[in-house]
Amino acid sequence: MTTSLNKKIDDLLRQHPDLKNITPFVDANATTPYLKDESKYTRKLCDSIEQAIKKCELRDGMTISFHHAFREGDKVINKVVETISNLGIKNLTLASSSLLSCNSALIPHIEAGVITKIYTSGLRGKLADAISHGLMENPVHIHSHGGRVKLIQSGEINIDIAFLAVSTADEQGNANGVSGKSQCGALGYAMVDAQFAKKVVLLTEDIVGYPNHPASIRQDQVDYIVKVDEVGDPTKISVGAARITSNPRELMIARYAADVIEYSGYFKDGFSIQTGSGASSTAATRFLENRMRAKNITASFALGGITASIVDLHEKGLVKRLLDTQSFDGTAGQSLGKNRDHIEVSTNVYANPASKGASVDELDIVILSALEIDLDYNVNVLTGSDGVMRGASGGHCDTAAGANLTIIVAPLIRSRIPTVIKKVTTLVTPGESVDVLVTDHGIAVNPNRPEIAERLKAANLPIMTIEELYQRAVSLTGEPKPIEFEDKIVGVVHFRDGSVIDVVRQVKD
Amino acid sequence: MKKIRRSMLFLPGANAAMLSTSFVYKPDSIMFDLEDAVSIKEKDSARLLVAQTLLLPVYREHGIETVVRINALNTPFGLKDLEAVVRAGVDVVRLPMTNSAEDIHELEAHVERIEKECGREVGSTKLMAAIESALGVVNAVSIAKASPRLIGIALAAFDYLVDMQTERGDGTELFYARCAVLHAARVAGIDAFDVVYSNVNDDEGFLKEVSLIKKLGYNGKSLINPRQIELLHNAYAPTAAEVENAQKVVEAAEEGERKGLGVISLNGKMIDAPIIARARKVIELAKYSGVRKEF
Repeated sequence: MTTSLNKKIDDLLRQHPDLKNITPFVDANATTPYLKDESKYTRKLCDSIEQAIKKCELRDGMTISFHHAFREGDKVINKVVETISNLGIKNLTLASSSLLSCNSALIPHIEAGVITKIYTSGLRGKLADAISHGLMENPVHIHSHGGRVKLIQSGEINIDIAFLAVSTADEQGNANGVSGKSQCGALGYAMVDAQFAKKVVLLTEDIVGYPNHPASIRQDQVDYIVKVDEVGDPTKISVGAARITSNPRELMIARYAADVIEYSGYFKDGFSIQTGSGASSTAATRFLENRMRAKNITASFALGGITASIVDLHEKGLVKRLLDTQSFDGTAGQSLGKNRDHIEVSTNVYANPASKGASVDELDIVILSALEIDLDYNVNVLTGSDGVMRGASGGHCDTAAGANLTIIVAPLIRSRIPTVIKKVTTLVTPGESVDVLVTDHGIAVNPNRPEIAERLKAANLPIMTIEELYQRAVSLTGEPKPIEFEDKIVGVVHFRDGSVIDVVRQVKD
Repeated sequence: MKKIRRSMLFLPGANAAMLSTSFVYKPDSIMFDLEDAVSIKEKDSARLLVAQTLLLPVYREHGIETVVRINALNTPFGLKDLEAVVRAGVDVVRLPMTNSAEDIHELEAHVERIEKECGREVGSTKLMAAIESALGVVNAVSIAKASPRLIGIALAAFDYLVDMQTERGDGTELFYARCAVLHAARVAGIDAFDVVYSNVNDDEGFLKEVSLIKKLGYNGKSLINPRQIELLHNAYAPTAAEVENAQKVVEAAEEGERKGLGVISLNGKMIDAPIIARARKVIELAKYSGVRKEF
């Protein structure tokens, strides 16, 4: 400190003793020594995932997070956990926005105690099977997309380090999923982790010149950046739950769903819509185009999981804006990069009930699928008819609660298993949020929406009661035997507000 | 009202899931196949499955006619198929590779015996003949007239075209057979069904063929994918303009009748009996299938 400054500080403290905690200036980078020389340009860059983990000081018992925008094509989650495992770190909480069939490689790391607690939207494949059969001591916490943000805000999920796959990033960490080689499109999940995690590590295939734009994840949120060979395979985003169908039964259900929309009373100029993942739901979009043209109706926005068929309607001028938290296929990802009215939103904006404003609450119509629906219109999208977890909560309960018209589409029978049953195996979305069930055998309307039932009947749609649909199903398949469970709880299902709505028990072998 | 048969959906007899729930597609008739779509080792199980399916009330409840394509009677399976399905209450038995009236007579004799044995009303089992050879096409008239049980004859292209030493193309190859089978059906006063269109992903090609056979006068078509049902029904549905015109014709005819007019005209054109009959048919069909939609 210079003599002159010394005197000035002394005078200041004498006159204002309450300012005793001020810091006198030393030099330009006294508090930011890493900005001192030109090494500042590369200070965030790490040579390897291992180096980034070490720089973040990952320790036993911490929480790590990921996003699942590459869905079945993800190349990051398994790789990072393997690296952590090799470093001998244990007892971690894994908070991935979701886990899919491609994550079966996590099983040995769970067995070895590297991961001891999981928060996820869903589980599929071998990992789901193993956990349903009691792989973990702690139950898996299942949350919705909006509910995840609520759990992060409330501190129940306390992310220490977020490892986020992005297709391009610059040296400061401005990153997106719409440029570079392996694009996943919207980074709605990752945007939340980047905002809330204590440390943020980007994994990218391509470090581009500064400043990278658009910056879905901003430089002021990012600690470290690692260049990797591949972050994901975009061709595998639209396999599994987000597939396109030519199945006549699924197409038939999709057409009924379009009929329901047309005559529901909500098909007006400026309406808004979300189609969930699932074949019939996605296919319903195809049948809306002519109906929109015939009635000279355009939609103000489509929300969600954006698909190629929604992009098609947008590019034809039938849907004004797209709000995209997860791009469900390559076309949607490319559209996000080039169409100015295709807008990326975080899952906080998309669906968090505790945010200051969620888009689901502006939504008119949502089409969702179901593994099971019961006589009270409760929906299970998590466990199969064998009690094993094989799905995801996703945005199901978020959008069902927010939309004015919630349509569930499902075949009445899958192989020989009825979809409409007396009581759902696992409750994910309560029947109070569900308005219409569309099956290949007929359409049922929740008795608390008599006005919709009247409109659909007037349009000569095949309306049945849900009890009639149930009777039809059991007349063809017989009454399903109850599933046998052990006492041990393997899953805790959270509603979107964070409250616990159900539990999943271990299945009996 | 006479049974309307536009769509006859083929279903493989060994696929239990399809058999039990395919009524949801609402074809006019559904044909459970025990012949070509079933492998040799599944012939017995398929027969059992189809017989059980015929006992389900759902097809009848939905007004869907049940048809079973049995194996030829000169195979080890044909008669067993027939025994099972007649007893299970099938509406129509479809005989493959019908070459002559004698084939129908032989089938009919067996059917009558089984009906008597199981207590089913004699004559209640209807028959259909599939024409699949040059000989069958040449004999189409005598085949179509062979039994009062016959509700229709169907042209099947695959074996026929092999027999004719040609292959599926723009329709020229089927021109004579289509006309011959259709004429035979009309002479006998029964329905005529056109061949399957096997490229299920080519809606445009399918609709072109439907347009052709509809103009010729075919009642309908055999289908191998449920997705084709709605396309076919819609193509056969009268347009809104046709319905409107038909209503005017019928109104004019009724008014003429009230006034005791001998000659009735509408917009300066004479309306005679065939035009009035045609108009009534259009209105009837519109009531049944609705008016044509633009997809």
